[in-house]
Amino acid sequence: MTQLPQHTSKKLGLVIDLDICVGCHACAVNCKEWNTSGYGAALSDQDAFGAEPSGSWLNRIHSFEAIPFDDITHEPKPEDARIVHFPKSCLHCEDAPCVTVCPTGASYKRAEDGIVLVNEDNCIGCGLCAWACAYGAREMDEAAGVMKKCTLCVDRIYNEHLEEVDRVPACVRTCPANARHFGDLSDPTSEVSQMVADRGGFDLMPEQMNKPVNKYLPPRPKTSYSAAQQTPETDLVKMAEQQKPKGFLGWLDNALESLG
Amino acid sequence: MHPAKSLIFFTTISGAGFGLIFCLTLLALNDPFLISPAFTIAGGIAVLLASAGLFSSLLHLGNPQRAWRALSQWKSSWLSREGVLAVFTLGCFVLWLGLIIFSRIFVPWLGLVAAVGAGATIFATAMIYTQLRPVPRWHTWLTPLCYLGFGLSSGAVIMTVLMPDAGLSRLVLVALVLAWLFKLVWWLRADKTSRGGGKSSIKTATGLTDYAEVKLFERPHMTKNYLMKEMVFVVGRKHARRLRQISLIIGGILPVALLGLSTDVQQASTLLIALAGAAHLCGLCLERWLFFAEAEHAVGFYYGQN
Repeated sequence: MTQLPQHTSKKLGLVIDLDICVGCHACAVNCKEWNTSGYGAALSDQDAFGAEPSGSWLNRIHSFEAIPFDDITHEPKPEDARIVHFPKSCLHCEDAPCVTVCPTGASYKRAEDGIVLVNEDNCIGCGLCAWACAYGAREMDEAAGVMKKCTLCVDRIYNEHLEEVDRVPACVRTCPANARHFGDLSDPTSEVSQMVADRGGFDLMPEQMNKPVNKYLPPRPKTSYSAAQQTPETDLVKMAEQQKPKGFLGWLDNALESLG
Repeated sequence: MHPAKSLIFFTTISGAGFGLIFCLTLLALNDPFLISPAFTIAGGIAVLLASAGLFSSLLHLGNPQRAWRALSQWKSSWLSREGVLAVFTLGCFVLWLGLIIFSRIFVPWLGLVAAVGAGATIFATAMIYTQLRPVPRWHTWLTPLCYLGFGLSSGAVIMTVLMPDAGLSRLVLVALVLAWLFKLVWWLRADKTSRGGGKSSIKTATGLTDYAEVKLFERPHMTKNYLMKEMVFVVGRKHARRLRQISLIIGGILPVALLGLSTDVQQASTLLIALAGAAHLCGLCLERWLFFAEAEHAVGFYYGQN
């Protein structure tokens, strides 16, 4: 059914920390690896070893350059430009337009946990759901002719054949920087909800009115270039001169100085 | 957006087919004595056009053998509603026409149902695109107005071509002018409507709203993917203005001139009307190509399109 559930008992989703993502693409690679052999049709590649390779991926990492404002003058500070690595996968929206546009009922949102899935046996591959998604979270598999999307690793998170530590989405499990977190965002006491509350987690394109479940944590402010120039602690030579070493190093220091 | 040939053909031809059904049923309701052999041929052509358009829409599907499933979700999906309304309208029209031809029974209310159904089908086709919030140029009530206008104008033009003696040229002229007026307003609005519709931007897309400037530093991969091919389509934009003028001239000004001329020139009028019909349909195909090619999707923000 492509009508959205009135209420979902859980809102399972991801919290992605833009402050510590290092842009290594390991989440995308592990996502592809797990999902090509798991739920539904394999994630095919086209012209994989040719000049124009392409393929279906459920998770992609974009990198942006962001130039902050000066706190006092409110002018842009190009010298403080920073890179923000930006992993993007399905946000499992509460008001998911990709679900309601589906003519066949292949796209649906689960009432029990809020996961948005595609029943590939019913998908006609019209592509309208991908057009309806502002985030580009859905990609057509060109070999199978069906729509592919993040399943939140529904075949891992409830899988009792896996060890408990592995019962999280593949992207979360593999992230070496711990930038991706999985949990129930409807429960205010959950670790992910606490993280969102503490760090000011936000929605992507809230004006599109999709009510995404996944949240992003903002990059923390960095020390600005001008402030770093003025901080005496960063001048290591000066610091070393001011501190008199003790013990063996103190004896060595005195001995070397006495040599002239 | 990627202008798939099957979708251009589908929206144009099925629009003309249902427009023709609308015109024919209303014409017969107004004056049943107009029902002639030419009228029944026109009815057959209407069914052919509407079905050909619907069939071509199946060509862009990844799994067309499952297309029947698309009739199931009419409660929430405009695409599904379009399918249901199209099948229903075609059924009513074929039954109505069949009763007239084979049993000589004229059922006015069935004709009226087919006329309303035809209008509703074109409206539902337009709503498939109008409903998409990430494509601000489509997300306006002007889109269904344009589709309805062009459905009526193309249907009326084809009817005049098939039944030149019905004396409908003036009505057709009004439909043509009205449809292109809607389109001109649509284009004026489109020119003022950005990829984000004045709300979304690369900053809201990334949530980096507190920064002075945000720009794409590196794409996720170096070659094209499905999203870029389908939604970040840019080919042909550079000629958009000229193509708009060409479509207006071929699809609007030329048919109006030819139809105007045909009312004065008695002898060559059939040929002139036929030319007007052909020109209008060609212009509409170009207009529909632009409808897709000029539409900008919010996902472009993630791929460096600002």
